[in-house]
Amino acid sequence: MNDFVTEFGPVGGALMSVAQILGFMVVLLVSLAFLLLLDRKVWAAVQLRKGPNVVGPFGMLQSFADFGKFVLKEIIVPAGADRPLFLLAPLMTFVLAFISWAVIPVAPGWVIADLNVGILYVFAISSLGVYGIIIGGWASNSKYPFLGSLRSAAQMVSYEVSIGFVIVAILVMAGTLNLSEIVEAQGGGFWNWHVLSLDMLPWPAVLITIPMFVIFFVSALAETNRPPFDLPEAESELVAGYQVEYSSTPYLLFMIGEYLNIVLMCALMTVLFLGGWHAPIDVPPLTWVPPVIWFALKVFLMFFMIAMVKALVPRYRYDQLMRLGWKVFLPTSLAAVALMAGFVVYSNAGA
Amino acid sequence: MLQAAAFYVLSAVAILSAFMVVSARNPVRSVLFLILAFFSAAGLFVLLGAEFLAMILVIVYVGAVAVLFLFVVMMLDIDFAALRQGFLSYLPLGGLVALIMAIELAMIGSLWVSAETAQFALRSPTPEGVSNIEALGAILYDDYVLFFQLAGLVLLVAMVGAIVLTLRHRQGTKRQDVGRQVRRTREESVEVVDIKSGEGIG
Repeated sequence: MNDFVTEFGPVGGALMSVAQILGFMVVLLVSLAFLLLLDRKVWAAVQLRKGPNVVGPFGMLQSFADFGKFVLKEIIVPAGADRPLFLLAPLMTFVLAFISWAVIPVAPGWVIADLNVGILYVFAISSLGVYGIIIGGWASNSKYPFLGSLRSAAQMVSYEVSIGFVIVAILVMAGTLNLSEIVEAQGGGFWNWHVLSLDMLPWPAVLITIPMFVIFFVSALAETNRPPFDLPEAESELVAGYQVEYSSTPYLLFMIGEYLNIVLMCALMTVLFLGGWHAPIDVPPLTWVPPVIWFALKVFLMFFMIAMVKALVPRYRYDQLMRLGWKVFLPTSLAAVALMAGFVVYSNAGA
Repeated sequence: MLQAAAFYVLSAVAILSAFMVVSARNPVRSVLFLILAFFSAAGLFVLLGAEFLAMILVIVYVGAVAVLFLFVVMMLDIDFAALRQGFLSYLPLGGLVALIMAIELAMIGSLWVSAETAQFALRSPTPEGVSNIEALGAILYDDYVLFFQLAGLVLLVAMVGAIVLTLRHRQGTKRQDVGRQVRRTREESVEVVDIKSGEGIG
């Protein structure tokens, strides 16, 4: 934004940054529409179905048809609900899902706010995400939403801890909290990406970084309430968890927020582990591709994997979920942080 | 000018929501206003250039502690009308505490405002060209590493104490032991029995 102010003056600069933010939001929403379709198509393909195939060629416009349907329906607020909070909850989920994207660098210099504490900002905003769900479940004033929101809150708080430790390990390795600098440190080839990080650390560090990536991936599934950890929604027990009483646009906001958080997690995995906008190998045909395309491709790959998990894996039981989070991931990631710090100190002393 | 506007908006929201915490009728709303107050305080930290503290405030207090508050308040069925009945009898004592705190705050505030003593109040000013986090880390891990580690130990002891107080081994519950499930072999879990027709297992 400061660059805009020096270039176009205070008013023009403010207008330009608003235009930049709006443009980014539109791109995000349109990509989200097609990612949603991809999710359903992958799910259908695994189950030997066709998936949405009626609206537009190959059902490409299905998401837009759904959008129109949600927006045109009536908003129903239950009689016993706490009306302001009931409507605040989906808005919160929606807004919080968008504002964490402000610090995600999609290409060199293509970032809305290049914060020094970028990764902490993302972490803080994602820890706020739980409020949309708790408030939604409580304000509905109904049993199933309440139970669903309690489950979801406990689940998100638990897995945030292991996500936090994985992030700390990456920060120790990269030595910065700025997401753009984290990506810049991974240039030169796929072996420099943090998931392997062969240039920075001695090779046994791979034995830590790859499990860290796996832990982050699984925790991201739990954090965003995706299958196999979609216990808050568990339709067989809780109907649909915290969203039972929601209809039309508020429901749409919940759903967009949820999917946007999933894509955000994919983007975070890309930035932290998979080298962000860098090409896998720095040789001409690959370097001609614009960096933003590489970023989008990696996010797409991660989203495809998350969609496959949804199709392939059965739902966890609640105690198994908690056991995995607290007894398996937490000690593992804590040990990894200690080991990683040791590696960094060792390699710096050697160099 | 933009900073001044942001400061006044954030502090007004912080004070108003702090007032609403004690005056809201519904306890869940009180907690939500508390969260808003935390959040505006984090915004004030950002204005002071302490972005690391702001993020930690949001992550720890808003993201974790307040969630637990909300949990407890949502699940307990407290009759807050009954709690409120003693309001007038507690008013003198509460007012006295509030007055003392206000005086103390005013004293600290006057220390900060007067220009000569302001530098004295700031024990270690952020060095030039070093980011907020690096400066904090240098102070915590170089100058005060012993106290920092001791504080961590105190927290660890508190955590162990909380676990000991709540840990109860209930008899007769079936627990899942993943290790045992994995170690199970075919020989010890499946038995092939040859049953003659019409005789049953016997």
